[in-house]
Amino acid sequence: MVTLAKDTLTKDDVADKMQEIFSQHAGERQELIPILQETQQQFRYLPAAAMKEISHFLRVPESTVYGVSTFYAQFKLTPLGRRIIRVCRGTACHVRGAGKVLAELEKQLGIKAGETTEDLEYTLETVACIGACALAPTMTIDNETHGKMTVKKVAEVLGDRSKVQ
Amino acid sequence: MTEAKSSSSGQRTVFVCQGTGCVSSKSIEITEALAKAVADEGLSNIKIDFTGCHGFCEQGPIAIVEPDDIFYAHVTVNDVPEIVTSHLRDGKPVERLFYKDPVTGEAIPNHRDIKFYSMQQRIILRNCGRINPERIEDYIATGGYESLKKCLKEMKPEEVIDVIKSSGLRGRGGAGFPTGQKWEFLRNARGEPKYMICNADEGDPGAFMDRSTMEGDPHTVIEGMTIAAYATGCSEGYIYIRAEYPLAVKRVRLALKQAEQKGFTGDRILGTDFSFNIHVKEGAGAFVCGEETALMASIEGKRGMPRARPPFPATSGLWGKPSNINNVKSLATVPVIIAKGADWYAATGTEKSNGTCVFALTGKIANSGLIEVPMGIKLSKIIFEIGGGIPGGKKFKAVQTGGPSGGCLPEDYLDQSVDYESLTAAGSMMGSGGMVVMDEETCMVDVARYFLSFTQAESCGKCVPCRIGTKQMLDILERICAGEGQPEDIDLLQRLGEQIKKGSLCQLGQTAPNPVLTTLRYFKDEYIAHIEEKRCPAAVCTKLITYYILPDKCQGCGICLRACPAQCIAGDKRMVHVIDQEKCVKCGTCLDVCPERFGAVVKVSGETIDVPAEPVPVKEKPKAAAA
Repeated sequence: MVTLAKDTLTKDDVADKMQEIFSQHAGERQELIPILQETQQQFRYLPAAAMKEISHFLRVPESTVYGVSTFYAQFKLTPLGRRIIRVCRGTACHVRGAGKVLAELEKQLGIKAGETTEDLEYTLETVACIGACALAPTMTIDNETHGKMTVKKVAEVLGDRSKVQ
Repeated sequence: MTEAKSSSSGQRTVFVCQGTGCVSSKSIEITEALAKAVADEGLSNIKIDFTGCHGFCEQGPIAIVEPDDIFYAHVTVNDVPEIVTSHLRDGKPVERLFYKDPVTGEAIPNHRDIKFYSMQQRIILRNCGRINPERIEDYIATGGYESLKKCLKEMKPEEVIDVIKSSGLRGRGGAGFPTGQKWEFLRNARGEPKYMICNADEGDPGAFMDRSTMEGDPHTVIEGMTIAAYATGCSEGYIYIRAEYPLAVKRVRLALKQAEQKGFTGDRILGTDFSFNIHVKEGAGAFVCGEETALMASIEGKRGMPRARPPFPATSGLWGKPSNINNVKSLATVPVIIAKGADWYAATGTEKSNGTCVFALTGKIANSGLIEVPMGIKLSKIIFEIGGGIPGGKKFKAVQTGGPSGGCLPEDYLDQSVDYESLTAAGSMMGSGGMVVMDEETCMVDVARYFLSFTQAESCGKCVPCRIGTKQMLDILERICAGEGQPEDIDLLQRLGEQIKKGSLCQLGQTAPNPVLTTLRYFKDEYIAHIEEKRCPAAVCTKLITYYILPDKCQGCGICLRACPAQCIAGDKRMVHVIDQEKCVKCGTCLDVCPERFGAVVKVSGETIDVPAEPVPVKEKPKAAAA
């Protein structure tokens, strides 16, 4: 069984990077979401230690930072894999068989949607719609879109990536 | 583009589409390969350029050669040498890359002759696929920013509002509130500063027109927004874009920088006293943020939860200041109305719904893509003429409009006029313009379950009827799809749906039951089949379907046996294969891989087929019978 990766970064691990991010901001409440986005870009998730720093910087309660972080689907509280696979569950993809593509990915990676493989290589997610409906069913690996997916193409797409690395 | 057209010396420009769809099928590499091949060939009169989305994503990657108006579909890097030598050097277009009409199979060389395009009327998407979205000069060459100049130099803000009011422009985000009236509220509101917000948080699954507009023609959004700010007296603006649209974010940011350099936004625009600064905010993945009060909360850095209205944003919006929120498409229309006049715009469409509407036509349809059509067009015209009908000879079942808030309309409504009022009367809505076509292989109960699982997951949790009610409805639907539905479920769904509509604060909750209520209204027989006969008529719901290998058709080739992920197929060479129904996971792999000439695997619901319990030898067929 695959276990989810854990949040292990400490205050010392994040302090320098957070200062760097804060230096680009004025410390206003409205900057919370952009700061969280930049933090996640830096660490590939939101370490608890970083969220505490953000709370100090913006002078808002930790609960507020946590509340916003858990409200938006984009934010993750545990480390993400090096490659993020997003399977579109939009309407057009749904009627054209996105479910089968997702099931095949879950099978091949050995994880369920929302989980990360143990070796931190892949995170599998579903996304409401990536707006490439004409290419349904679609999935993305990082910023690369793969359209007109089939169960057969899953292995192709995954295989492709492992060769690149 | 204009220089290519006016030239007679064999000047040609190849426009390669670089919208998200085509980029995902390697159009950037194609552009580079074309540029290199043209340079290698020494063709100095050929220009290689790129545009935003052409809308016909199904045929991507797309390249159009101007001024010949030759449309190439499904271009690959391997096709580049032939395009360059045959067409660009020798003047002979490459026929095999022409678009083929899905109905007649005829190859159509010219862009303007393709039905998908010829029946459209493009106002909002006028420049998409026609200009390079990363060059402000291209936008200016089409008359861009002239409307802004006209407003600032010749018109009073009130006059601008009057023009928009008399054009009849209504909010393209879905609700259809008159835009001019909204602007007037803000103009008359007291408080400083005032904020102009562009809602580009296109979250409806099945809709991608806002993204394509921003990717293909970002300047029209900026121009429209700046005109709106001038008319209403705003000094600050926000464009709220989904983070899931990285290319749109990039192009809008670039366009903003260019517009500022040219003095079209920013301080003292075009040398006047009017200043307007636009900021880009990226959403963080919450569907509810498309709702205006939730969107404003999100800009403020809070959880995107809607609040009660009134007060309306015009009196108390962003940070409690007067604000206005318009959809990308509404703002993109504004410069055209200013340039061509209110009467020109009002001449298109129906009595109450003026102008055009953009739909993302997807699902079981031959020509998927983005279309812009006059309001009042019939659904059948969109689906069967522009859309080219249902592929694979399948039968039309329903069309879903309005995204998760909309409804599914059956065949009887194909003659329905498409406008705000008619769609609402039919139980659906215009919404943001998703249009998903469904054929006989789509299960309507499954579709309702799908939409509800979406809205249920996206419910922000503020209102109990939405948060808990949608969960209850979803549980019932899942039960029905699993063949465990109870006869009273139908009434219960109906009652719950009506209560959620009444008891929720925002549009998300008020419309969440729509897909269920419309499928109950138009496809009740499918619900009854699931509940009473434990049968899924479209053979979609996995718990209700069975796969069989027909003994008289199976040739014992073993392909399905090897492909089966559950290893539940027994058989041997020249033996009829048999599925162990206990172990079968109903993935359908066997059906997919069984060679077409055998067609031995079938999927059924609500019936049993007599097959042997163990593999038996394949019956030899007399050779003559086959011929």
